[in-house]
Amino acid sequence: MTGDAAEWRPTAGLAALERRAAMLAELRAFFAERGVLEVETPLLSAETTLDPHLEPLGSQVDAPGIERRRMYLQTSPELAMKRLLAAGSGSIYQVCKAFRGGERGRWHNPEFTILEWYRVGWDVHRLMREVAALIETLLTGSRQLERATYASYADLMRRHAGVDPHEASNRTLRRAVADGPSPVDTGDLDRDDLLSRLFGERVEPRFASDRVTVVFDYPASQAAMARLNASDPLTAERFEAYVGQVELANGYGELCDPAEQRQRLESDLAFRRRTGRPLPSMPSRFLAALESGLPTCAGVALGFDRLLGLDLQVRSIEELISFPVERA
Amino acid sequence: MANYNMNQVRTGLKVLESGEPNVIISCDFIKPGKGQAFTRVKMRNLLNGRVNEKTYKPGDLLEGADVIETSMQYLYTDGEHWFFMNPDTYDQVEADAAALGGAEQWIKEEDICNVTLWNGHPILVAAPNFVTREVVETDPGLKGDTSSGGNKPAKLETGAVVKVPLFIQTGESIRVDTRTGEYVSRGKT
Repeated sequence: MTGDAAEWRPTAGLAALERRAAMLAELRAFFAERGVLEVETPLLSAETTLDPHLEPLGSQVDAPGIERRRMYLQTSPELAMKRLLAAGSGSIYQVCKAFRGGERGRWHNPEFTILEWYRVGWDVHRLMREVAALIETLLTGSRQLERATYASYADLMRRHAGVDPHEASNRTLRRAVADGPSPVDTGDLDRDDLLSRLFGERVEPRFASDRVTVVFDYPASQAAMARLNASDPLTAERFEAYVGQVELANGYGELCDPAEQRQRLESDLAFRRRTGRPLPSMPSRFLAALESGLPTCAGVALGFDRLLGLDLQVRSIEELISFPVERA
Repeated sequence: MANYNMNQVRTGLKVLESGEPNVIISCDFIKPGKGQAFTRVKMRNLLNGRVNEKTYKPGDLLEGADVIETSMQYLYTDGEHWFFMNPDTYDQVEADAAALGGAEQWIKEEDICNVTLWNGHPILVAAPNFVTREVVETDPGLKGDTSSGGNKPAKLETGAVVKVPLFIQTGESIRVDTRTGEYVSRGKT
C-alpha cells in the first residue's frame, strides 16, 4: 500500500497502546503510594524556556481579554511546576505533553509525553535513587533490570574518552572529537558541544542495556537549571539517567537563587541574540516565584515514550505513539 | 545542484562529500536533552564503494550530486574504454575500467546495462543480472554424465570463468547470474 493511502492509520499497534495505558496507571500508583500530588499546568503559556538548544513552538492567541498574545507550547512543565512549588504545593508530579520544534528522529517526535516530578526537601542523590526505582518498577514487560550504577560525568569521560572534562583544553577536546568514528567539522563548536559530542560517541555506547546508569555532577557550564555543587563549583547538581544508550531522564538539585537564575536566563538570551535564534521574553512570573521563595528541592523530567519503548523493545518512537508528526 | 539542509537529508539522496559523489544509506537525528542537535549520516562513496560516517550540525548543508541511473546499450570496447549508447537519444559515453569494475567480463555488444552517470560521465556500470554466453573453453566432460556431482571451470566468450556442471561442452551456451558469477542453467539453443 502506498504511504498516502495508509496515512490515516496509527503507527503504534494495539499492544503498545495497551501497555502505555497500563504504564500510566502504574506510575500513578507509584506516586500515590509515595504521597506525591499529581498536578496539571498549562501546555500553552506566555512564558517559555530560553535554553538555546530548545526550539519552542508557538502560536498567537486571541481571546476576550487577551489580544494577539504570543504564547508557547511548553518544552517541559518546569517553569509552571516551580511556580506551584513556590506557592507551597509540596512534592508534585505531572505527566503531560511537551513540544520541541526541529526534533524528529528514531527517538524524537516534536510532540512527546514527559513525566516530571519534584521532591521538596530532597537532595539530588536521593532523587537519583528514586528515578532508578521508578524505571525499575515500570520496566517490567520484557526484562528484569540489574542494580543501577552511578558514576560521575568526569569519571566516565576520563575512563572512556580519555579526557578530563574540567581540565582539558579546547584544543585537546577538538582533537579528540576529530579522531572519533563519526567526524564532525569542529570549527564552530563550543566547549560544551565538544564535550557533548565526546560523551555521546565515547561514553554512552558503554552503558549496559540491562540496568539504569545514572550520571551525575555535570560540568557547571551545562548546569541548565541546576545549582552548582557547594563543594565543587566546577560541577553542577545535574544528573541524567540512561538505560543502554537511551537518555531517559534529566534532573537537578534545583537552583533556587533568583539572582543567579536571572543571570543564567540573561546569558541564554544573549546567546540566542548572538546566534540569530528567536527571542522569547524573560519569564517574569517564573522569576517572581523564585523571588518569593522556591523551597529546597530536587526535580527531574523523564521521556515517557522512551521508557515505554524500552519496555516493549521497539526500534523507534513511531511504534509507541498513535500518530507521529508526519501523520498528525 | 541543490543544497540540502539537515531537515531534507534522507536515505537514497546523492550528495557530494569531499568532492566525490555519495549515496546516503542512513541518517540518525541525535539530540541530547541539553545541548546541540547533530545528524549522523552514513554514506557510500559511489566511486570506490567505501562506507563513511560523518556528523553534521543543524546549520550544515550537503551539496547535491548530479547522479542518475539509466539504461544504456553496450556498443564496443577499444580495450581501454567501453562505449555505451543512450537508446533514445543515441548519445554515447565512454566508461573506464574502474567504472566497469568487473562487468566487462560479462557484457557483450548490444547488452542493455544499468549505467550510473555523474555529471554525465559513467562511474558505475552493472551488467544485466542474467546473461546467456557461449562456452569457449572447458575440459571435455564425460559423455552421458547428465547427473550432478562435481563441476569444472569454463571460460566464456566474454572472458569470465565460471564453474559449470561436468556435462557442459565447449560451444554450448549457458545462463549465468552476473551478481554471483554462478551458473544457472543451459542457455536456449
